Amino acid sequence: MDEYALIMRHEDGSKIASPEQMEIWMKATMDWIGGIAAQNKFVSGTGLLFDDAKVVHHNKMVTNGPFGEIKETIGGIIVVKAESADEAAEFAKGCPVLGGEGNSMEVRRIAKKH
Amino acid sequence: MTRQQLIPHLFRTEYRKIVAVLCKRFGFDQIEIAEDIASDTFLAATQSWSYGGAPPNPVAWLYNAAKNKAKNYLQRESTFEAKVAPQLVGNPVTGYENELDLSPQNISDSQLQMMFAICQPVIPVEAQVGLSLRILCGFGIDEIAEAFLSNKETINKRLFRAKEKLRQEKIKIEFPGLSEIDARLDTVLTTIYLLFSEGYYSVNQNQTLRKDLCLEAMRLCTMLTEHENTNQPQVNALLSLMYFHSSRFDARINRNGELVLYDEQDTSLWNYELMAKGAYYFHKAAAGDRLSKYHLEAGIAWWNTQKADTKEKWENILQLYNSLLQLAYSPVAALNRTYALAKANSREEAIIEAEKLKLVNNQFYFALLGELYTGIDREKAVGNFKAALELAKSPADKQTMQRKIDAL
Repeated sequence: MDEYALIMRHEDGSKIASPEQMEIWMKATMDWIGGIAAQNKFVSGTGLLFDDAKVVHHNKMVTNGPFGEIKETIGGIIVVKAESADEAAEFAKGCPVLGGEGNSMEVRRIAKKH
Repeated sequence: MTRQQLIPHLFRTEYRKIVAVLCKRFGFDQIEIAEDIASDTFLAATQSWSYGGAPPNPVAWLYNAAKNKAKNYLQRESTFEAKVAPQLVGNPVTGYENELDLSPQNISDSQLQMMFAICQPVIPVEAQVGLSLRILCGFGIDEIAEAFLSNKETINKRLFRAKEKLRQEKIKIEFPGLSEIDARLDTVLTTIYLLFSEGYYSVNQNQTLRKDLCLEAMRLCTMLTEHENTNQPQVNALLSLMYFHSSRFDARINRNGELVLYDEQDTSLWNYELMAKGAYYFHKAAAGDRLSKYHLEAGIAWWNTQKADTKEKWENILQLYNSLLQLAYSPVAALNRTYALAKANSREEAIIEAEKLKLVNNQFYFALLGELYTGIDREKAVGNFKAALELAKSPADKQTMQRKIDAL
């Protein structure tokens, strides 16, 4: 069994959600992760906060936030165990992030450590 | 207390103290001698007291007898070593001049140090539980055999091998250093929780024995909370969890020894004193910033002491299970999480999630599916309850499943 990273991609990270929306979204995310963990397929995961986010550019210039010219941003990442990329993609389908138009999930197999 | 009750009672409360102090003094190398001396002490009491009656202070009598027996043994040993093995004289042999220290402080220190010495990953967990029962709880081999639904020979062999292993590994009877205490405590807590679960969840029909196992686990955990270095948040969380669970001990088994499902329990049998104790240790567990699985399980256990069947309750339980499963997966947590999901969200959603679990060797998996399908799809409900019935081992579980099928 391999490990896959499920990366949550937000098309527009600058959209501000209301506290009520945030609460609903948090619960849906926790239920989604709980469902994967209940199948003993959860490895690790973390949300990535937007507060204080920085971008370090090619010329080593630092700008605030992942926004600006880069619109798309990463909201969180979880690592799961799966038999195949298809199975990992099935897990990704349940992620509430996909409820937002333009958002997507990237599924990447994790390189094995030797 | 009659004289017939006195010695068994003292054996329960004092044997483990004497044996821990002796083991600490002699080390694992001579653990059998320590056990023999402790047993001999009670044998001497039985013989002596049956003629002259019990002394005014029986505990002091026992301690004194144990001290003398230890002294005699050490004296004989040192004579042997002085005459037969003079090359050993230079070794740091414990001097027999020093009396065995049976002060409350040394008793409690020795018991805690023994706890750390026994709960070692080098021996299997069943052996850790067995040795704990023998040495820390003073259980007889026959009682341990009954608790494990095994026989005396198997248990004797298991304990013998475990002691051998501890000797080979040169395990010292001492407190772990402060830097490693968290990691070492994890093993100790696992063993204590296993001991509790053995009593709480086993199919054993002997109610008294089951309750004793739970109480012993709680006593060992309490000892850890009474020592500064081991009084950690996760220890308090485990103790709180065991108190919350044990508050339902009398309600969850009926007169015929059958398991009573949570929804069908007579809540007047719930013990509110034990619940309050659980809440007390739960508050103490809130110190610090480490969230252990025991914190999460204690939180779930607390919600389960709340009778009202509210959305809030099930939402909280669901989120606690979501977190628990990320930290420590177990099939039972996965099943309970799915039940909470049905209560907090919807049955339809829970059915979809339940079908993904595929715990096809687990009777409770099918029992849960049967429950979820009840009122939605009669055929599937019956089919799942039948599958659960086929996998059920105990007559009580079989009966419960048959009742569910008949009711459909």
